[in-house]
Amino acid sequence: MKILVPVKQVSVLDDEFEMRDDGRDVDEDFFEKDLNEFDHFAVEEALLIKEAAGDGAEVVIVTVGDDDADDALRTALAKGAERGIRVWDDALADADSIAIAKVLAKVVEREAPDMVFTGAQSADFGHATTGMALAGLLGWPHAAVVSKLDYAFGAETATLHRELEGGLEEIMTVKCPAVLSIQLGINQPRYASLRGIRQARQKPVDELELGDLGLAAADVASASRVRRMYAPEKGQAEIIEGSAAEQAARLAEIVKELRGI
Amino acid sequence: MAEILVIAGQRDGELRPASLEAIAAAKSVKAEGDNLAVAIIAADPSAYVGDLSVEGVDEVITVSAGSNDFQPELVEAVVLSLAQARKPTVIATAHGVDAWSFAPAAAVKLDCGFASDVQALKYEDGDLVATRAGYAEKVLVDLDFPGKETVLATIRTNVFEPAGGAASPTVTAMDAPDCAVATSHVGWQEPADAGGIDIPGSEFILSVGRGVGDESNVEQFLELADEMGATLGCSRPIADNGWLPKARQVGQSGQLAANCRLYIAMGVSGSVQHQWGMKHVETIVAVNTDPEASIFSIARYGIVGDMFEIAEELENQF
Repeated sequence: MKILVPVKQVSVLDDEFEMRDDGRDVDEDFFEKDLNEFDHFAVEEALLIKEAAGDGAEVVIVTVGDDDADDALRTALAKGAERGIRVWDDALADADSIAIAKVLAKVVEREAPDMVFTGAQSADFGHATTGMALAGLLGWPHAAVVSKLDYAFGAETATLHRELEGGLEEIMTVKCPAVLSIQLGINQPRYASLRGIRQARQKPVDELELGDLGLAAADVASASRVRRMYAPEKGQAEIIEGSAAEQAARLAEIVKELRGI
Repeated sequence: MAEILVIAGQRDGELRPASLEAIAAAKSVKAEGDNLAVAIIAADPSAYVGDLSVEGVDEVITVSAGSNDFQPELVEAVVLSLAQARKPTVIATAHGVDAWSFAPAAAVKLDCGFASDVQALKYEDGDLVATRAGYAEKVLVDLDFPGKETVLATIRTNVFEPAGGAASPTVTAMDAPDCAVATSHVGWQEPADAGGIDIPGSEFILSVGRGVGDESNVEQFLELADEMGATLGCSRPIADNGWLPKARQVGQSGQLAANCRLYIAMGVSGSVQHQWGMKHVETIVAVNTDPEASIFSIARYGIVGDMFEIAEELENQF
């Protein structure tokens, strides 16, 4: 009884930033790192199912990332997951979501979980790709943007809601094992307790390189390459200065002007 | 002569309108002599030929399926079968929730180039280049696809003007390929009754985000919106917490502020999914205590300050 949850350490960009010399990414001095918001919900959903199942069930967190990504892994472990796996290799420096999915596919083969839950997308790039690419590689059933889930270990199918555009939801069943991408709002993610955070430091984390998974660099080719990265032309906002009263007065002017009052 | 393929979509028998935007994106890289084919999978796919016969479309491929249900494995099998037979340079489809399910899986099965949420396609020195946003919309990224003959791109909605005009494409009928389908449609759950709240129709929206802090603070913004003649909107966490009904949620999984001309975002950080619903609005005013909030990067006017103080002062102005 095991659910595998791949998580991502996302990058939050400072307001002011500079590009790397090669113009293909932002200089890493201008980032803060955090566990992807969507992944909090995927982890929570896995923990709820594990806790309902009782003894013998486990939640395993996996991330593909360098030393920095350890924080994201420990954040998820602190909430109550049993153990972690962190895969990194310098060959993954330019990996896109498809390449990451190729790594994760090997981790799934190794762990043989009952289900895989990912976040529906990442908060930084919003590719919404890794989870469903993983399903495609594994040939597993899959559903994206799951906003409600009814599943217990051992069940042949899970019943779920897919959150569609405009608030419509589709109710469907999916055969298990499956890869599901989890939408915000499906649950109320817990905060890690202080005890959980302390315990997370002691929890086992397997640190693997590509070779440990039987992969060579050529096996984890990306499906795209960053040609260049740049700030959009759209300028910064015109900042309205002054006291709150002055700012509000200017804002009221803008409103009245546009509304023709 | 290249082949360009668009995967149109239907939901419960209705053509997904963003299919016409995906066609427009495909047209943007179509050269003289290229064949632009649009595939539609449905129980009665011929019913969509009229709607898909827009300018630039040379061929409509009608794929007969047993039902109108969305089955990701079936779409993937169709994409694979068409791609292998036709070797398209580009496969475009709308970046909607259905594509989130099937497009990445189809891309790995096809081992093609892949980019999601694409805002622009172009050729540079013979290389296809796809532009998408990154780092919560703070940067743009140009992607290329070395060594890939086919690139699957999911196209961001509300970027391309939907393809229109009339055309007389050839129609090619195709049976759905055999494939194991792992999902089964059970039913639909309609969004809760909007109770007269009309985000898509509103010209002026005042929106609150996480900065509102507590449910008890929401009421004063309802009143302020009312006084100013605005519709109150909100970001996802506010609706998820049940502080405001889902009908007020602006963003990818909520409403599109389709007719909005003035959007005041208070305490909204500006996540990608929120921006989806409002980024296009001509005049956006952002009020946020965090000068680094990404909402400022798309706003025309910004106020770095406390939303409650500003709200209180605004009330005196109306």
